Amino acid sequence: MKILVAVKRVIDYNVQIRVKEDNTGVVTDNVKMSTNPPDDNAIEEAVKIKEAGKATEVIAVSVGEEKAQETVRKALAVGADKGILIKTDGVLEPLAVSKLLQKIVEKEKPDLVFMGKQAIDDDCNQTGQMLSALLNWPQATFASKIEIKDKKLEVTREIDEGLETIEIGIPAIVTCDLRLNEPRYASLPNIMKAKKKPIEQINASDLGVDTSARIEHIKVEEPPKRKAGIKVSSVAELVQKLKNEAKVI
Amino acid sequence: MSVLLIAEHNNQDLKPFTLNAVTAASQMGEDLHALIIGQNCGDATKKLSELPLVKKVIQVEAPHYENFVAENFAPVIVKLAENYSHIVCSANTFGKNLMPRIAASLDTSQVSDIIKVISQDTFLRPIYAGNAFATVKSNDTKKCVTIRPTSFDPCESSGGSASIEKVEPGEEFNNTKFVKREEIKSDRPELGTARVVVSGGRGMQSGDNFKLITSLADKLNAAIGASRAAVDAGYIGNDHQVGQTGKVVVPDLYIAVGISGAIQHLAGMKESKVIVAINKDGEAPIFSVADYGLEADLFEAVPQFLDELNKLNTIQK
Repeated sequence: MKILVAVKRVIDYNVQIRVKEDNTGVVTDNVKMSTNPPDDNAIEEAVKIKEAGKATEVIAVSVGEEKAQETVRKALAVGADKGILIKTDGVLEPLAVSKLLQKIVEKEKPDLVFMGKQAIDDDCNQTGQMLSALLNWPQATFASKIEIKDKKLEVTREIDEGLETIEIGIPAIVTCDLRLNEPRYASLPNIMKAKKKPIEQINASDLGVDTSARIEHIKVEEPPKRKAGIKVSSVAELVQKLKNEAKVI
Repeated sequence: MSVLLIAEHNNQDLKPFTLNAVTAASQMGEDLHALIIGQNCGDATKKLSELPLVKKVIQVEAPHYENFVAENFAPVIVKLAENYSHIVCSANTFGKNLMPRIAASLDTSQVSDIIKVISQDTFLRPIYAGNAFATVKSNDTKKCVTIRPTSFDPCESSGGSASIEKVEPGEEFNNTKFVKREEIKSDRPELGTARVVVSGGRGMQSGDNFKLITSLADKLNAAIGASRAAVDAGYIGNDHQVGQTGKVVVPDLYIAVGISGAIQHLAGMKESKVIVAINKDGEAPIFSVADYGLEADLFEAVPQFLDELNKLNTIQK
């Protein structure tokens, strides 16, 4: 069994993002970038399945600028066997990304495609579901547990009401929740080894899909600032303020 | 053209956030139709038809719709979409799972999780977990939009009498089978919708000390939240996590106890109406977003807080 894992390069989750002064986006120059956190869970799960002898190959794919190669390389360092970088200029919408991934799926013919449930930059939460629709494959979104049973997967999903379990036939798409596993750190020897693993580079424009933007970003702004609050000197004062001033208790 | 809202329900009742989604959808066009897909969902359908903003209800019933599997829902919605300018749903796990499957089939770039309708094609949505707001304009002929329910008021729930049209179901998708659903039952309000949230952070020092948070939450009929640091330290389960990688909450009152206020936590709670911070470090970033900050040792302050609440004649529920 072959598993394709899609990974995205995003601003690191510990960075306080800054909106550009001209309101065209957020500042990404000289900002620490990392793998989108739930994509790390997706890679981890694929590697674990391979280590358990249930998969033969794990391929990491990223869609992005040249530098997204680092994100693919990191996936190789934690156990993916080979990488693919689909090179684009600028940022694509999830619909375009899922069309590009569809082309890779048609070429590589994986049995499973894993990715994070959502990217922490645009917060769209679309790509996995869109890819499932384009392929007409089953989708298991927000997965917190995956069990492989012959040609099927039993997946536990995190839903608002609690947990839901579904059974899906392979081939399938799974989008991963942070609860799925504990991603490992790459060891230094593995980072060195990853440098020798192959990364195939493909230009998005060579894949013959329409990746044009359908959504215009009119402006990006700072959220409204909260007005400065006050410090209270005692619990009694706090409770009095909550009761009589804020009227919330 | 009309707007089509996909109702979320449990076959008996509408999910409360459907009312918020109706409000949002009604701002995208004049003529709002609501679609309900389920099995034996007559009661929920009737309730949907009573919402005054809804002009027509479309009901699709079949056994394979009983458990809301997106692979079964999407084709029938895609077919109906022909007659609509907008397809709208709540951005909770139901809508997040379903809408992109519809959008991709319609070759539409979805607009996710909007918090404001600026015009029929332009919306405001948070990005970077609410650390920036983007104004986006959809140039697709059909718009697929999910809305953040807490950013819209619920609509009127009675007085309407929309007509109900039954539509033939689509085929079943055979490669996805529902197995079971384990709903977390609790006497407490749900974290995402609670009026009051009491959260603990690394300052709690142990899982056992979370009892203090529990007693305060009991007193205020609040949901219990936690910072990622508290979850990572194993003090409490991840389903309580508030923040960029957890839940985004917007209660009337958010009480942060022993939480320093990392960016990732602030992203999940800074839209709360009133924020209280209790922390012994006066320089903690949480104080920069708190309406009322108390610089104190939480192990003294929380028991005092309970005492003071006990002195009150009434506490809002």
